[in-house]
Amino acid sequence: MFVLPQHIGKVERNKTNKRREDRVHASTFMAICAVTGMDINMELLEVKGLTKRYKEFLLDDVTFSLPKGYIMGYVGQNGAGKTTTINCINQICNADGGTVYVNGRRYKENPIGYKEEIGFIGDESYFPKEMKISDVRSVQKTFYKSFQEGAFNEMVSRFQLPEKRRISEFSRGMKVKLMFAVALSRDTKLLILDEATNGLDPVIRSEVLKILQDYISDGERSILFSTHMLEDLEQIADYIVFIDQGKIIINEAKDDLLESYILIKGDKAELTPELRSRLIGIEKKEFGFEALIKSDEARYVPKGFVINNPSIDKIMIHLIRNRMEER
Amino acid sequence: MKILISNQSELPIYAQIKEQIKEQILNGQIQEGTELPSIRKLAKELGVSVITTTRAYNDLEEEGFITSMQGKGSMVLSKENELLKEKYLLRIEDGMEIAVETAKRIGMKEEELVDLLHKLWEE
Repeated sequence: MFVLPQHIGKVERNKTNKRREDRVHASTFMAICAVTGMDINMELLEVKGLTKRYKEFLLDDVTFSLPKGYIMGYVGQNGAGKTTTINCINQICNADGGTVYVNGRRYKENPIGYKEEIGFIGDESYFPKEMKISDVRSVQKTFYKSFQEGAFNEMVSRFQLPEKRRISEFSRGMKVKLMFAVALSRDTKLLILDEATNGLDPVIRSEVLKILQDYISDGERSILFSTHMLEDLEQIADYIVFIDQGKIIINEAKDDLLESYILIKGDKAELTPELRSRLIGIEKKEFGFEALIKSDEARYVPKGFVINNPSIDKIMIHLIRNRMEER
Repeated sequence: MKILISNQSELPIYAQIKEQIKEQILNGQIQEGTELPSIRKLAKELGVSVITTTRAYNDLEEEGFITSMQGKGSMVLSKENELLKEKYLLRIEDGMEIAVETAKRIGMKEEELVDLLHKLWEE
């Protein structure tokens, strides 16, 4: 039997799987942990009721948790609150309310230890442009106890980063690779990516995905991956958290999310009031319409409609459309 | 072991993994006692999520094809396993059903079909 954190009392994460006798009760699990000396704290990142008020924006009671050894995609439109959430986790901004635990502890308890456990890769290089690789190396050595110079040098040569050139001469791909080299040369537990794969060519992006899967492969480390390049997540993400206008709309295992909706296309003339009431985010086009419907309501779809498995993209688009209609 | 994932397939990825491993066990390409790659290694190699491969292995275990060993990977169960035996029988039945139906359709007699079976068996 595979004892995984998502098995603990979270049956809804596997609703499509009928036989679930392998679910483990939380109490049984705790007992196993006690006997085997396993670490009981299986959540690597816990965000509880995170709230941040700006003049025209409210990050509203954001709550989610990411178990050890998994990748979570954090998705939403531009301005939905992804970076605000990440800034609060990184302690770059002060939240107005709520708590963040990284590997079981809060920033307040041990600020240095908290920061040491997080590796961050943003969409822009945070190194001064005049620096060279050697400067980055010495800065990291000064700031982080856990910086491993050997690991850093290995990655610099693996990524073929030029030692002699200034960062201002680096391509976008090189800058991202440098950020990865820096983040991965410390013994971190949580990797946070904020739109880090934007603007990368497909070859480098696929390299990055491999690096990410390597990072979690020992089952002890996790990744929070904020992006709107949803096809990257479609492949490797275990969980999807979807934020819209500062509120969490979806927090689910990716496989369950993809299976819970069907994408249908059909003739506008066949949009009966009964069908219409079940459809989510109807998009009318000149020659037909497109909408989502819950998989368990598929029987209400008349014959002759085109039925497809939706991508995360499509689910997001129609859910947002639906929310805009409700407003 | 060979697993090829299609993004165009109707089947979800976990089901594709499960079906392909199942097929290779049933047709003997994966022998009993074979140790399967770990959930995390398989996820990495296929470029899919860990939850996806976990689900494929969980299903294979429930259906009696593999067993997971504490702290180790998963192993293909012996053919003597009851659940698996049933699967083999079902497969034989399916094949025979097609043979019988086809024979009836062209007016073949039962003895003729049995004769044919004997010949094939000897080969």
